[in-house]
Amino acid sequence: MAEGAMANDAFVVFDRVQKSYDGVTLVVKDLNLSLPKGEFLTMLGPSGSGKTTCLMMLAGFETATHGEIRLNGRNINTVPPHKRGIGMVFQNYALFPHMTVAENLAFPLEVRKLDKSVRDEKVKRALDMVQMGAFAGRRPSQLSGGQQQRIALARALVFEPELVLMDEPLGALDKQLREHMQFEITHLAHNLGITTVYVTHDQTEALTMSDRVAVFNDGRIQQLAPPSELYEAPVNSFVAQFIGENNRLMGTVTEITGETCVVRLDSGDIIDAKPVNVSKVGDRTQVSIRPERVETNKARLRPGVHTLKAEVTEFIYMGDIFRTRLKVAGHDDFVIKTRNAPDQIRHQPGQMIEIGWLPEDCRALDAP
Amino acid sequence: MTEQTADGLMLAADGKPLKQSLNRALRRQKLRAFLLIAPLLIFVLVTFIAPIGDMLFRSVENDIVADTLPRTVAALADWSPDSGAPPGEPVYRALASDLLIAVAAKTHTQLGTRLNYEDSGFSSLLRGTGRDVDDMGEDVGKALVAVDPVWDEPVTWTNLLGDPAWISAQADWAKAGDKTPEPPFVPSAAAQKNLPLTAAAYGDFARVMQTVKEDSPTEKRPWNTVAVSLTEDLKANPSAAAAFGADWQPRLSAVVAAEQGGAIPAADFMAAFTESDKAWGTPQPWEVIKTFSPRFTSGYFLNAVDLKMTPEGIAPRSEAERVYLMLFLRTMVLSLVITGTCILLGYPVAWLLANLPARTANLLMILVLLPFWTSLLVRTSAWKVLLQQQGVINDLLVWAGLVADNNRLVLINNQTGTIIAMTHILLPFMILPLYSVMKTIPPSYLRAAKSLGATDWTAFWRVYFPQSVPGIGAGSILVFILAIGYYITPELVGGAKGVFISNRIAYHIGTSLNWGLAAALGSLLLVVVLVLYWVYDRIVGIDNVKLG
Ligand SMILES: Nc1ncnc2c1ncn2[C@@H]1O[C@H](COP(=O)(O)OP(=O)(O)OP(=O)(O)O)[C@@H](O)[C@H]1O
Ligand SMILES: [Mg+2]
Repeated sequence: MAEGAMANDAFVVFDRVQKSYDGVTLVVKDLNLSLPKGEFLTMLGPSGSGKTTCLMMLAGFETATHGEIRLNGRNINTVPPHKRGIGMVFQNYALFPHMTVAENLAFPLEVRKLDKSVRDEKVKRALDMVQMGAFAGRRPSQLSGGQQQRIALARALVFEPELVLMDEPLGALDKQLREHMQFEITHLAHNLGITTVYVTHDQTEALTMSDRVAVFNDGRIQQLAPPSELYEAPVNSFVAQFIGENNRLMGTVTEITGETCVVRLDSGDIIDAKPVNVSKVGDRTQVSIRPERVETNKARLRPGVHTLKAEVTEFIYMGDIFRTRLKVAGHDDFVIKTRNAPDQIRHQPGQMIEIGWLPEDCRALDAP
Repeated sequence: MTEQTADGLMLAADGKPLKQSLNRALRRQKLRAFLLIAPLLIFVLVTFIAPIGDMLFRSVENDIVADTLPRTVAALADWSPDSGAPPGEPVYRALASDLLIAVAAKTHTQLGTRLNYEDSGFSSLLRGTGRDVDDMGEDVGKALVAVDPVWDEPVTWTNLLGDPAWISAQADWAKAGDKTPEPPFVPSAAAQKNLPLTAAAYGDFARVMQTVKEDSPTEKRPWNTVAVSLTEDLKANPSAAAAFGADWQPRLSAVVAAEQGGAIPAADFMAAFTESDKAWGTPQPWEVIKTFSPRFTSGYFLNAVDLKMTPEGIAPRSEAERVYLMLFLRTMVLSLVITGTCILLGYPVAWLLANLPARTANLLMILVLLPFWTSLLVRTSAWKVLLQQQGVINDLLVWAGLVADNNRLVLINNQTGTIIAMTHILLPFMILPLYSVMKTIPPSYLRAAKSLGATDWTAFWRVYFPQSVPGIGAGSILVFILAIGYYITPELVGGAKGVFISNRIAYHIGTSLNWGLAAALGSLLLVVVLVLYWVYDRIVGIDNVKLG
């Protein structure tokens, strides 16, 4: 993205930000990120990739070693946390144990010196918003994990911040509750028009909740894109591997013609692919193809495309889909997924089949 | 499988009530747990509970008067100090009998010490009279010997008053040599019936001779009180002689005749006592004896709060004698001040300990613990060096020009010295509980508060501080209770103005030997601590105290 565009409509901007804790290693290396108002951005990445560090720099609890962080066009590098007006939900909720739920919610209003009547009104509204109106008098320790989560959310929102940061807020909840809360959080964020930066290392959460996802690895953003693009068009092998299930095959480019290329796999087989990170004949590449994009019905393939011979090693019935494991070009961890439709073939182990795909579904990425 | 009976009880698999099976299972566990703590329990009982019980008992125990002067206490029962006059002759005689026994056993000096707590002068009174009591009634004894020299011989008395069986047993014993103890004296039935006072007085004499002096009554002339009793008995019952053998009748009749002829004077113990010490002629010493004759007394406790018991009731002690309430008050106030300074100094240190990186925090922790590894005496002595007027601190202040050389600060041998030295010594007891509580407060609370818009100070005061209060509570209780009973440091650096009640207790235990008062002071201290603990529980709540 160009510098000029960032300055215009961006609400939060990380401009060439670097961070080192010990002066030896960079935990965040050259981070550039720009967030328009109202966007729900998720930072996704493996453990230790620097997500929390970025969030803490934005909140003001860590200072950037280099670079600039701007909020609403203003450089906030030297603004103390309490003056940034950023709502924050912590991983362990950090509800004050010695205060009741209502007192917890009133706290940000109190330090802003609001009148008691206004305070009560806002607290009530915030509690109703997360459907916790009946729990105002309880202590945090008397609430379940999910209830504490809602209160933490309500507390971060009660003073109507324009930006809310959440660091793995659903990490401690069970699957069902988590899915429910995912829905509620996105719903609230969109309804209130709040800009949200959300940290998680759960990719499903990232895909279902966000407007855009920033995939972190090794202190860098690997790809910043909407969920569908991230899934369907990963820009490198890390992203392809990290998001969703993915079949990998190693090979060398033998021919590039515009939007398609031909790759010779290490087993000698020839396949079609879409060149993404390859530029010339002879480049090493890792091609990536999603299991559900592999076609077993030759009739549905474009004429003239290359196909591969495959041996079925395992057939797993999963209800809505079938998951079939194949041995392809020397790899025996190749997986395809097919929809459980009445006319769908159920392959038997040991059966020899032929597979193929549309060239644009198979991406020739960098070789790691 | 469990099922329910008609009345709703849960049944276990074997059909017994679930509750019963559970209890049986739990009982074994409880027994095991009890056996595990039994050694500690016994240790605590023997070394802690029992001494405290003993202390509580000692603070009210007052057996010594009733044990040493049983006859006097009984004789005084009818006398009232309100009469304004000293008691009658029987009381004097009773005291003479009691004193003769007490002097032989040397218990009269202990009694003197005890009564001296209540009325100074009593100790010398009893000592003086103890020396004279042997001679009281001597005129009667001499007159008796004048009537018949046989009364001067010890055997006359044993033969007259002893049981025939005892007399022969004693003779056998005397012949056999004195390897075994002499058979204890037994009065004859005739003597007890016809000469009751004499039999009783001689019984006392013989017992004291045999047990305390390890002498035979057959070889010692009895006390004059025995002779006096004989004349009394014969006066009351002139025909008593008839009850004794033929050889006794003329002797006893001679005594009766002499008495009637006026050759034997009537005993006058009152005069003898008054002659020994004029005080006995006034009601005052008798009042003291009567007031403190019960076996339990509130005297020590009254003394411990600067009151005393008088015949008119409880009254404040004289101005000069009032020390303990002031000492209690000073102990409380100084302990509170010390607790306060410990909080002020310890809180930031504990905060640093809990929040610095581990390496630095460990070093700091060693510095905090260092005082624990140094002898208390050494540390206190070091304070003496630092604080005295020619000491390091004053020298520095003078050198820096903050204090004039002729106007050096008095930092020791007063309350300032006690506060400074004790704050230093008790500081770790404040820091450690504070630290362990602060360690459990996650830094995310402070961050959350700041992200919600609180300044550093508000975040600290509204969020961090309330969560550290349990640590303050624990530290304060620890420091306050330790301070209130502290002894060595106030003794060494406190001078006259900076000593605590415990120093007074130590004085009474070690020097004045007034254990009853020491026990009463100690009990009061215990009560004060318990009351404060209760108040604290009321205000802060003991559940809020955390040691980590
Ligand atoms: N206070 C700190 N001092 C030194 N190093 C730190 C500190 N906090 C984090 N790090 C290091 O910085 C790197 C990034 O940490 P960060 O907490 O940002 O990771 P993360 O992406 O949030 O991981 P996770 O998903 O496990 O929470 C890690 O290697 C971590 O060890
Ligand atoms: Mg993290």
